[in-house]
Amino acid sequence: METTINVNLKVWRQRGPKEPGQFVKYRVENVSTGSSFLEMLDMLNQQLVDKGEEPVVFDNDCREGICGMCSLYINGHPHGPVQGITTCQLHMRKFNNEDEITIEPWRSAAFPVIRDLMVNRNAFDQIQQAGGYVSFNCGGAQDANNLPISKEIADEAMDSATCIGCGACVAACKNGSAMLFVSAKVSQFALLPQGQVERARRARAMVAKMDELGFGNCTNTGACEAECPKNISISNIARLNREFIKAKCAD
Amino acid sequence: MADLKNLEGMIDSTPIMKDYADIESSKLPEFQIDSKIPEGPVAEKWTNYKAHQKLVNPANKRHLDVIVVGTGLAGASAASTLGELGFNVYNFCIQDSPRRAHSIAAQGGINAAKNYQNDGDSTYRLFYDTVKGGDFRSREANVYRLAEVSSNIIDQCVAQGVPFAREYGGLLANRSFGGAQVSRTFYAKGQTGQQLLLGAYSSLNRQIKRGTVKSFNRREMLDIVIIDGRARGVIMRNLLTGEIERYAAHAVVLATGGYGRAFFLSTNAMGCNGSAAIQAFRKGAYLANLAFTQIHPTCIPVHGEDQSKLTLMSESLRNDGRIWVPKKKEDAEAIRAGKKRPTDIPDEDRDFYLERRYPAFGNLCPRDIASRAAKERCDAGFGVGTGNAVYLDFKYAIDRLGKDVVADRYGNLFDMYKMISDDDPYETPMMIFPASHYTMGGIWVDYELQTSIKGLFAIGECNFSDHGANRLGASALMQGLADGYFVLPYTMQNYLSDQIKVPRFSTDAPEFDKAEKEVRARIERLMAIKGKQSPDQLHKKLGHVMWNLVGMGRTLQTLVKAVDEIAKIKKEFYADLRIVGSANDLNTELEKALRLEDFLEIARMMAIDALHRNESCGAHFREEYQTADGEAARNDKDYMYVGCWKYTGDNEKPILLKEPLHYESIKVQTRNYKS
Repeated sequence: METTINVNLKVWRQRGPKEPGQFVKYRVENVSTGSSFLEMLDMLNQQLVDKGEEPVVFDNDCREGICGMCSLYINGHPHGPVQGITTCQLHMRKFNNEDEITIEPWRSAAFPVIRDLMVNRNAFDQIQQAGGYVSFNCGGAQDANNLPISKEIADEAMDSATCIGCGACVAACKNGSAMLFVSAKVSQFALLPQGQVERARRARAMVAKMDELGFGNCTNTGACEAECPKNISISNIARLNREFIKAKCAD
Repeated sequence: MADLKNLEGMIDSTPIMKDYADIESSKLPEFQIDSKIPEGPVAEKWTNYKAHQKLVNPANKRHLDVIVVGTGLAGASAASTLGELGFNVYNFCIQDSPRRAHSIAAQGGINAAKNYQNDGDSTYRLFYDTVKGGDFRSREANVYRLAEVSSNIIDQCVAQGVPFAREYGGLLANRSFGGAQVSRTFYAKGQTGQQLLLGAYSSLNRQIKRGTVKSFNRREMLDIVIIDGRARGVIMRNLLTGEIERYAAHAVVLATGGYGRAFFLSTNAMGCNGSAAIQAFRKGAYLANLAFTQIHPTCIPVHGEDQSKLTLMSESLRNDGRIWVPKKKEDAEAIRAGKKRPTDIPDEDRDFYLERRYPAFGNLCPRDIASRAAKERCDAGFGVGTGNAVYLDFKYAIDRLGKDVVADRYGNLFDMYKMISDDDPYETPMMIFPASHYTMGGIWVDYELQTSIKGLFAIGECNFSDHGANRLGASALMQGLADGYFVLPYTMQNYLSDQIKVPRFSTDAPEFDKAEKEVRARIERLMAIKGKQSPDQLHKKLGHVMWNLVGMGRTLQTLVKAVDEIAKIKKEFYADLRIVGSANDLNTELEKALRLEDFLEIARMMAIDALHRNESCGAHFREEYQTADGEAARNDKDYMYVGCWKYTGDNEKPILLKEPLHYESIKVQTRNYKS
């Protein structure tokens, strides 16, 4: 029942952040269509190692679409051509025999290339550190059911909280904007009662940090939503804009 | 390997005792196990402990440094809470961000004895279910404390803004998990681990901003530094530059997860490893109950040799899915040959073997039992797919509840399944098979979560303490957060209270020099092998040995063979390993090689532990010890203890020490999920 295909890869190779990079062509044969895209890259790397060459470096960990570690621009799309999944969830059955596949790293000024397909996404952590939390010390919480939250609100907050922080939105955006990422976190807390006290301060602080770190502005193109592996809605950005304006007006 | 070489000829007696030193009866004080369980009735122990423990004055806390290795549920919650208290914390992870630790992948939920459903739950019942689920091989006092703080965890997470699932009335929703007859599992879609970890990560971020926690990403620990018998620092490798770095502190906390990737294929992330346990072991910490590894019953079956990992389908699916294989062998054969489809098999020809064998718990019996029952049916020739798969069928739930309700509960899991297998579970049953998922065994800790090395703590999956021989579903998240939010921040103070006069350590101390030198020598040794096989190739070989010989069903023979095979792979590793690239640089092959070297040691210890435990209990199923109807036959008289292993040298026999288990407030009985 198992079918295999051969693929021709064009992979971006770059030694370091300041060094020039280039596309290098590779061929991988007999890839099971049941394999994941990253398993196909494992096969490529085994070929390279067998020849004594250094493997292609790419970030990956959970390989089930939730840790947000994997990235890759595949044939012009972050996380590949299939919507609503990460690269590690992309299967080779989505490709045809002898397809040419172009693989690039995320390209954004705020995510410098570390090596080959691996980029530095520390900027995302810094934005979260600026205000992506409820200031609350462990130990003093009231009983969880003392504060009912409607199912609709909880579900909507959950949809925003689903963001895996992979950076596909930034990579997809022609401006390199991080608005979808920032708005998802701001929305989660703006929706929930626990986030109310710091609502304005959070929106201000996270947006300021985002701007400081060199992410671009949002021009409502919508590429982020289209390419987000978790289908985070662009309506989060509208909410962030409201939150931000309200916060500024209150100043 | 010298240690088990005489085994072959002794298989039929009980010879294994020759292969390690058993000094339980020794009177030597250094071999006495002190688990430091507080006095009093089990329900009052933790309260008593907290009432009498020593604390650190707020002004002194900022002079005390704590290293926390790992940023999963246990590591992130511990680091943030210690930071909130005012300690100076150094927190490390191997990923590019603390948010990516593998806790993020936990799907189903987290248990807590809230009794919000009014269905008879209580702290005692959660405690009882956990001890029973662990087949009476866990430490009673620890488990009670876990059940006791479980409710605080839910309060804490809700206060952080974790969007748990809710009912229309606005209160929190619950569902059931294996091994329980109440609904006590809180969840956030099929992404509970993600939401809890992002909650802990948000608290961590707040502390990073405040400056109490310093966060170091893409760092891998390669050694623990001991000064005057206490853990005082770590040696890290910067994964981006290859630089070897030194960090000193007053105490070191390991929150490094489990060693399930000893099987190569597992539900663990690619970077999960058991290296911290081996580093602690070499420095004198005991490893405990390593044979207790959980094989999860509901994973997507293996598709081929190039596969890198297995994907779990949440246990929550067993709430509404029914597990079956064909009753008739010819049907199973026809399905395997592609001549019949599962939907062609009428109900009367389906064997719902869990409901048949375990009427009281049915499809929700504990994981070890469900996994073994699947293996039993497949071994008997009733498997589907490649022969190593069973069905998990939602037809009945869709008939009963409608497709919309099923989609609402499990939609994202169904989508995930479809993506991987190319089958639509709304139309045709899922195929599932057991896979390595979690390790109950790990670094031995006392009641304070301190290892046998002073100042070295182990929390979360990397310790051994709470799940006995089998962990119940939705209890890993509970334990990780219990340890990090509510236990370690207390017990750590008891340790640090007499350290306030100890000045900060310089990383120029000779102990750091020595540790760094050894780490560099180890890396050079591996780089110099220049053989032909990549770390992954060798790791796959190890995985085959572990799965086939130390997997779901073990016997004296398979385990003896396993020790031998592991030794052979080890030899191959040192003779034929190839690491391309350089050591002083980003080098993913070197990372894998270092982890594999440690997995080889863990694997050997797993086999030895399994070999010594001449009984079946929980996930440890020795086929020669089973009842007439195929259930695990425990031997409480000889094995009601924690098997602790002490390191004596790289090629020396480990020493077995025993921590006896006493059950004072629970009646020890045979686990029964039938009636």
